[in-house]
Amino acid sequence: MTAQKGLHLKTSFLILIMISVAPLGDTFLGKGMKQVGSWEGWAPAQLWHFFFRAFTNGTIWIAVGLLLSYFIAYLLVLSWADYSYVQPASSASYILIALLAHFVLHETISPVRWLGVAVICTGVLVVGHTPPKSPEQPPV
Amino acid sequence: MITQTIFYMLIVFVGTGGELFVSRAMKSIGEVTDFRPSAIARAIGRGMSHPSMWTGIFFMAVAFFALLAMLSMSKVSFVFPSTALSYAAGAVGGKLFLGEQVTKQRWIGVAFVCVGVVLVFLGNK
Repeated sequence: MTAQKGLHLKTSFLILIMISVAPLGDTFLGKGMKQVGSWEGWAPAQLWHFFFRAFTNGTIWIAVGLLLSYFIAYLLVLSWADYSYVQPASSASYILIALLAHFVLHETISPVRWLGVAVICTGVLVVGHTPPKSPEQPPV
Repeated sequence: MITQTIFYMLIVFVGTGGELFVSRAMKSIGEVTDFRPSAIARAIGRGMSHPSMWTGIFFMAVAFFALLAMLSMSKVSFVFPSTALSYAAGAVGGKLFLGEQVTKQRWIGVAFVCVGVVLVFLGNK
């Protein structure tokens, strides 16, 4: 029982880091890509120019740094917790992304889309109340 | 529209495939119990020695490029919630490829996520 509590605690801690850092990274990524400009096409020269502009943008690199921190927390939690638990549980970050998009990027979000985000978060809460690790797992 | 659909599919399915490979690699090293920076670096290093990790990182890189392209065309508040469909793909993949036991309650949660994604799409009209 104590081991289960400990497992829940450290899983929750790392998921908390993930859902704090990822929305910030995603917001910076969105802001950076708006600065880069819209996708132009599949021709090699167009592809090259698009990704060159993206990877020479400072905002994109801030986003990459934040998303790398998220990825490290994600790797650690996956060393013990089920993927099918971690993935939906970390999607709580969607409500933060929506809020940051609205207040920082000044995007207009329709009521239906807010409802969609709320339903996604409800799903996340349901998943969050399941044990993070399957009782018995076959060797991988 | 076709270009956006291609990017969307790459984000959802190739990205989820990548995460499943990464998950397999991290499970192979066993549970991480030491959270000192050096121990974390060693654990990630052990994960990197597993071929699944590199396959996963390659798939995730492809999905990341698709995400960049999609973000250049659509709003952040649409792109990220809509790609939550990968949670359904992840639950199916976790069960089929990693042998995880996905409980009924977890399936219900995933179903909620899917309904939410549909609403996010409808809200984009």
